[in-house]
Amino acid sequence: MEKYISAPLTEECAKTLRAGDMVYISGVVYSARDAAHERMSKALDEGKPLPFDISGSIIYYLGPSPARPGRVIGSAGPTTASRMDKYTPRLIDMGLIGMIGKGKRTKEVKDAIKRRGAVYFAAIGGAGALLSKCITAAETIAYEDLGTEAIRKLTVKDLPVIVLIDSDGTDLYETEPPKYAKKP
Amino acid sequence: MREIPVSAISDALCEMCVSINHRLSPDMEKLIYSAREAEESPIGRMVLGKLCENLETAREETIPICQDTGMAVVFLDVGQDVHFTGGSIEDAVNEGVRRGYRDGYLRKSVVGDPLERKNTGDNTPAVIHYQIVKGDKVRITLAPKGFGSENMSKVFMLKPAQGIDGVKDAVISAIRDAGPNACPPMYVGVGIGGDFEKCALMAKRALTRSSDSLPANEKTAELEKELLGEANALGIGPAGLGGRVTVLKINIETYPTHIAGLPVAVNICCHVNRHIGREI
Ligand code: SF4
Repeated sequence: MEKYISAPLTEECAKTLRAGDMVYISGVVYSARDAAHERMSKALDEGKPLPFDISGSIIYYLGPSPARPGRVIGSAGPTTASRMDKYTPRLIDMGLIGMIGKGKRTKEVKDAIKRRGAVYFAAIGGAGALLSKCITAAETIAYEDLGTEAIRKLTVKDLPVIVLIDSDGTDLYETEPPKYAKKP
Repeated sequence: MREIPVSAISDALCEMCVSINHRLSPDMEKLIYSAREAEESPIGRMVLGKLCENLETAREETIPICQDTGMAVVFLDVGQDVHFTGGSIEDAVNEGVRRGYRDGYLRKSVVGDPLERKNTGDNTPAVIHYQIVKGDKVRITLAPKGFGSENMSKVFMLKPAQGIDGVKDAVISAIRDAGPNACPPMYVGVGIGGDFEKCALMAKRALTRSSDSLPANEKTAELEKELLGEANALGIGPAGLGGRVTVLKINIETYPTHIAGLPVAVNICCHVNRHIGREI
């Protein structure tokens, strides 16, 4: 099914999304990848606040290429989510409700998704030029020294994603490929 | 002896970095476009359609095809009658990469010390492989490599008794494990033989061989085809969401090896398999 949703995301809305749904996101999402996750995790260990309000938020696992003059952002496709798995359950328990990335997640992340009614979306890997067109504003809000890995507040309009793991824990990577696998 | 100023290498590489991150080689474009026609799964066709659209947007609007504009892998095939002038060739390669990534608004994805992990800020150093060849020319091949797929690559030190079946299992298992992480449809480079590092280097170099060129011999060509068929029976599909097109092409290189060994390297690349060559 095709669905249009806004971010930040409510729990009620997240619960209506099913694995395989084509979803268009509008609103605010935050970009963060390896180094930013490490810093956020350190901040929490030290009892410090996160650089943005995590409750109801969507994180886009993204390190964009630099914006050319006059542009909002450079190429902006997803990076492999599994590298963030170590940090993710804690963030979900704090209210993180959506993640955009590519690739499989661990059982711990899936359990957290189910427990809290969160959702994991896929953006098409290697389609960064196209995806960048859906980003209408970008502002670095933390860890500027990390360059591409800094946390950015992104305003998006109809960012196309597919629900990979829904709040029931159904995982598209488990249900779809077997339909096309040929037995030897 | 032919003199070549090292600045010519910098200039060429600068232009190559920018060019290949915005437009794939014709063989790669052709493969992706024909994959869209071949795919049976609706979601797979949708993904491949978007990838074609992405290539057009990248080219027409000068936005990198993928935000991971890669670590610059540079093969330098240097004619033995060449004399480089005007400075260090290694510095010249890095200068070309530095300028290309800066002026081309490409992503700086390299950290200096692998454990301290501080970004070098200019995407250098490059990974450089030198080879001395006949003649008085320099052949530069640039292959910016993304790490979503690089991370899924593997080296297997097989036993001779595992033979061809062992090789096939190794390649297919690497592709299966790579799954959606490597941004399928993938492009796969395989090195068979040599030793530990030689097979890995062959696998990387195999990625730069044009998909419409033929490998060294008939037998290797057959193995490439057979493995491609097996890989595309896995069902992983475009973006890992199910389908027939999991791998676009498998390129194999071979080399003599030791009586006790059968090394196999599988270098996984995504559909953004960037390779570009220049001769000076
Ligand atoms: S694996 Fe390839 S297509 Fe995917 S993000 Fe990396 S460079 Fe881009």
